[in-house]
Amino acid sequence: MKDAFGLPQSLLVLGGTSEIALATARRLITRRTRAVWLAGRPTPALEEAAGRLRGLGADVRTVAFDALDPESHEAVLGKVFAEGDIDMVLMAFGVLGDQAVDEKEPVAAVRVAQTNYTGAVSSGLVCARALQTQGHGSLVVLSSVAGERARRSNFIYGSSKAGLDAFAQGLGDALHGTGAHVMVVRPGFVRTRMTAHLPEVPLSTTPEAVAAAIELGLRRRSETVWVPGALRMVMSALRHTPRAVFRRLPV
Amino acid sequence: MPADSVSVTGWGRTAPTTARLVRPRTYGEAAAAVRECGARGGIARGLGRAYGDAAQNAGGAVLDMTGLDRIHAVDAGGGTVLCDAGVSLHRLMEVLLPLGWFVPVTPGTRYVTVGGAIGADIHGKNHHVSGSFSRHVLSFELLTADGEIRTVGRGTPLFDATAGGMGLTGVILTATVRLQPVESALMSVDTERATDLDDLMARLTTGDHRYRYSVAWIDLLARGARTGRSVLTRGDHAPLDALPPRARRHPLAFRPSRLPAAPAFVPEGLLGRTTVGLFNELWYRKAPRARRGELQPIPAFFHPLDGVPHWNRVYGRGGFVQYQFVVGHGREETLRRIVRRISERGCPSFLAVLKRFGEGDPGWLSFPVPGWTLALDIPANLPGLGAFLDELDEEVAGAGGRVYLAKDARLRPELLAAMYPRLGAFRSLRRELDPRGVFTSDLSRRLGL
Repeated sequence: MKDAFGLPQSLLVLGGTSEIALATARRLITRRTRAVWLAGRPTPALEEAAGRLRGLGADVRTVAFDALDPESHEAVLGKVFAEGDIDMVLMAFGVLGDQAVDEKEPVAAVRVAQTNYTGAVSSGLVCARALQTQGHGSLVVLSSVAGERARRSNFIYGSSKAGLDAFAQGLGDALHGTGAHVMVVRPGFVRTRMTAHLPEVPLSTTPEAVAAAIELGLRRRSETVWVPGALRMVMSALRHTPRAVFRRLPV
Repeated sequence: MPADSVSVTGWGRTAPTTARLVRPRTYGEAAAAVRECGARGGIARGLGRAYGDAAQNAGGAVLDMTGLDRIHAVDAGGGTVLCDAGVSLHRLMEVLLPLGWFVPVTPGTRYVTVGGAIGADIHGKNHHVSGSFSRHVLSFELLTADGEIRTVGRGTPLFDATAGGMGLTGVILTATVRLQPVESALMSVDTERATDLDDLMARLTTGDHRYRYSVAWIDLLARGARTGRSVLTRGDHAPLDALPPRARRHPLAFRPSRLPAAPAFVPEGLLGRTTVGLFNELWYRKAPRARRGELQPIPAFFHPLDGVPHWNRVYGRGGFVQYQFVVGHGREETLRRIVRRISERGCPSFLAVLKRFGEGDPGWLSFPVPGWTLALDIPANLPGLGAFLDELDEEVAGAGGRVYLAKDARLRPELLAAMYPRLGAFRSLRRELDPRGVFTSDLSRRLGL
């Protein structure tokens, strides 16, 4: 159960090697979290991540989960929820793709969309139903500012996050009053392995900062969290910028 | 039987969860609700005054017991009452005071049910004389997990597990309670100020035995030499001859007044360090240095906050946590350290009270033990509050003390066994009596009770 400050005792991470997710798990383990499930492709990296979290004192288990195989989600996640209540699901899987390559190879572009969007739709619905049955729990969805308005430089990734974001918002409204809570987290540019090859941009952030924002959002039972918070204003301005101008902006 | 899916919180308005709310109107309906409550179990709920998650059950059933609210029999000669568990102490006072009887123990609110009073084994300002509520309960009827109704008498394991057992042994249906005789519905109150914590503890230690009721309001924002400055209010029921002639005509009249309710929306942060600091300063200054024999109505002395319905809304949407712990006699140093830490941190608490407990009662999870208990409430949105209270827990547990489960919404489960040494017995009785875990609450899930 979550405590008065929204801190979970059990955590399920979908995308168990995500740096943001692991930073969040580390932060929550130092507070209240004892049981952690890391769901992801069964790789040495997943086991290694589990081992590091065990070192912090948590009871960590891994489970094979593939976002690209929606038929399996019901069975895989059903087993996790059958083992006991999950106070928080952190949906953290996603791929950035390579815009230049993906534009030339539609199949690669579709993989980005399938991972980030359709994979999230099926696993999100499965988790939502389980949380609803429990009568409590938070589904924390890692969206992105890229989904707020499609940009020339990464619209394939951006459109997949836009779909995910809209899905998560709608799911949050659908679950309102059921005890389950959906929190959409929209980080800006986060310095991780996934973005290491990209140039630095203003208002960039770190996995630790996203983790701190998630902890605060849980306490406030927020529905939308921007990291850093200033992005809320920035993106509000960008959203209302005319197309002709937006197209020319160096964003 | 009507059943709705509703979002439920405790009085602190933190950590809402959704449950099926069932409102039984007969014992048969209550038994049916227990038998049909499903895989996620059920828990009884009274008037929802437990601050944390004791009367919540995410995804399961919550039995609203306030529909079972009949007073069956009053023995006006011998001073006992037999009533349903859903009867509130407020109702008992309305009925019993005109007959010259008062409830044996009342907490800071009249709006608790008899069932809740047993389940949390509540205490009041008279703990040093009268012990906790269960000391005055002669027997009760308990609806257990098998759907049967058992009569439970004092001195049995089931009685001791249920007194303070947070509703996890079953649903209390009726109780027979011994009452306190009174000559009037007024209190004769002595008020004095204590300049700091040591002064306060000295006054409580030397003077408490002279009073039936004793409590101290403590200013936790005062720092330095004034740390722990307080206002003591102690008294007893006023005898008939202490009343002025006018009041003597209706000495047992009980007419509590109520102000308008707190508004549904209050901005967060209204009760910050500045406002609470100002309030505390005024509250301390307005108290007389020493006043004897002031006559106060029962609500003013025991339940000032009941005058404002929904006062818990003043903390805004984020809600608040109540922290109450007890440390034994001889552990005054721990108490001093904790008070100093709270005041140095500047926790804006305007409802902090310190009390000296008397002998404890046999309930396995009953909170009071002889010693010092401090209760304070703090807005839940205070940054870093969770970690700070964890540190206080360590101090309390290290000194052999404990926190009060009826107020808890955040304790680290690992510390529970150290705080409640009879936890093992409680768990094994539950395993035997309720192997399927029918009685479940968010509290029991969170702490593994």
